[in-house]
Amino acid sequence: MGFLSYLISGISLGSVYAIIALGYTMVYGIAKMLNFAHGDVIMIGGYAVFTAVSVAGMPPGIGILVAVVVCTALGVVIEKIAYKPLRGTSPLAVLITAIGVSYFLQNAALLIFGSGAKSFTSVVNVPPLKLAGGALTISGETMVTIAACIVIVIGLSCFVKFTKSGKAMLAVSEDRQAAQLMGINVNGTIALTFAIGSALAAIAGVLLCSAYPNLTPYTGSMPGIKAFTAAVFGGIGSIPGAMIGGILLGVIENLSKAYISSQLSDAIVFAVLIVVLLVKPTGILGKKVSEKV
Amino acid sequence: MRKLSKTTYNNLITYGIIILAYILVQILLATGSLSSLMEGLLVPLCTYVILAVSLNLTVGILGELSLGHAGFMCVGAFASAFFSVNMQGVIPSDGLRFFLALVVGAAAAGIFGLLIGIPVLRLRGDYLAIVTLAFGEIIKNVINALYVGRDAAGFHFSMKDTASLNMAEDGQVILKGPQGITGTPGDSTFTVGVILVLITVFIVLNLTHSRAGRAIMAIRDNRIAAESVGINITKYKMMAFSISAALAGVAGVLYAHNLSSLTATSKNFGYNQSIMILVFVVLGGMGNIRGSIIAAVILTLLPELIRGVGDYRMLIYSIVLIVMMIFNWSPKIRAWREAHPLFRRGKRGEEA
Repeated sequence: MGFLSYLISGISLGSVYAIIALGYTMVYGIAKMLNFAHGDVIMIGGYAVFTAVSVAGMPPGIGILVAVVVCTALGVVIEKIAYKPLRGTSPLAVLITAIGVSYFLQNAALLIFGSGAKSFTSVVNVPPLKLAGGALTISGETMVTIAACIVIVIGLSCFVKFTKSGKAMLAVSEDRQAAQLMGINVNGTIALTFAIGSALAAIAGVLLCSAYPNLTPYTGSMPGIKAFTAAVFGGIGSIPGAMIGGILLGVIENLSKAYISSQLSDAIVFAVLIVVLLVKPTGILGKKVSEKV
Repeated sequence: MRKLSKTTYNNLITYGIIILAYILVQILLATGSLSSLMEGLLVPLCTYVILAVSLNLTVGILGELSLGHAGFMCVGAFASAFFSVNMQGVIPSDGLRFFLALVVGAAAAGIFGLLIGIPVLRLRGDYLAIVTLAFGEIIKNVINALYVGRDAAGFHFSMKDTASLNMAEDGQVILKGPQGITGTPGDSTFTVGVILVLITVFIVLNLTHSRAGRAIMAIRDNRIAAESVGINITKYKMMAFSISAALAGVAGVLYAHNLSSLTATSKNFGYNQSIMILVFVVLGGMGNIRGSIIAAVILTLLPELIRGVGDYRMLIYSIVLIVMMIFNWSPKIRAWREAHPLFRRGKRGEEA
């Protein structure tokens, strides 16, 4: 039963990575930029819930709503102030600006909340599930995380496929200029993408902090970078790819922590990523890009 | 007198700036007008300049985004510290030992660059970036899990702990996993640092203006065209990548011999550090060596210079970074600067 319980907690961790990776993948697909500040939006989401629930005493449901609203607004504002002026220039310049935003968010949180870790009370109120006569216990957080990931992936896929704004997103990611000529509001679509990505980051922040209840200004950076890895792993720009990449990454990380070495687990995760990219250079579900000569 | 060519003239200005800065610092040191904090920053400053210049070779001149530069620095630092600690009693001359440590560090990092470059350089763009990031993290992680000791029978390795090294009683544990290497001789001085900076700049500038350098830039500008005129793409890519890695190793040697205990944390050798180096390169201008030097110096000194604002300094630092990037790159502001006579003149001066 040991293996099964490691596997399930791996899937749960991977689901969090997947939700974060979705934000990365969507922003990358449309704005063609690596939003390094995404991980820190997760951290802000965590603090928003913490403030709402533990400090202001609101019910958890409202707390999550507050976090989603705060992060969505934050995402749109960041896009407007820091990224929009740089649209159309070198992607590296935008990348560095994103790093600046990431430092800004970390240090703002450091000033407001202090460097000490806040212990986060789980907002998930689901009793643990006992299977096989108590030999296998699945915590409420785990179930909620996995369920949330599935709902989000299905919802997002439907949104992109069937709604007008979703189709606009696809069009902008395929060819920004052509989309503009067809009358699509490119700026609005990009802002919408940032809003959705940041709202997902808020949910990921809540789930992450419920499962690992230590909240510091640097909470988001390592999961952020791993989720980015997961997005590349699954093929960047692809929604199901982000989910597969995230879950695989979480499972590999947890299993190698349990069976090989807890110190080397990050090294193993990254080594698997390298092997996958060498075999499939655009990730598991990535599209092959043929070159025009 | 023969008229100097434009590039030679330009390069001489770069060397001149470094030497002038060195003399200025020496004067400040002699008159005692430098705070001890600033004095402690001098060697790290040289380290960052070397890192920025060497990363510029990969990012600016080869045109590939690498996010694992700190990993090569880590290899150079640990290889050389390992060498120095072992040779402390064997090589009597400090100068010779440090020189050999430099060679060891640069060679180790260069070999790693070559080994990592073979698979990595097949990828392109963001995929290459994430794989270099992954390699950097792997290097840091493995060193944190590695234990090496030495006794009369030779070296012992373990991935678990000190006890499992099975050493004789007189054995000495050199690399203690997360505790790293302690007792590295403090050979790095500001003078050594500046000499290494000059050597690094000399290597990179001369490479850029050589036949090989032009081939490398041709690959950056148009890979397919470069290949079709017979440039061996793999060879030149590997060349730029491993030289860049070796120079990062040199920076690592300088870093390691400035500290008495060397540990691999995410702060000094993690991806955050790699990104910081990338910030120097992009802010200074890709492919512009002098820009990298200036950006590295300003951004390293900035947190110290604004120490007066206390807790807000890192916040201000990040805002300055964002504003500088937008001011430098935004198409609208660029157009405005073109139209504005004050900035237009400044811009021409930069390009000359």
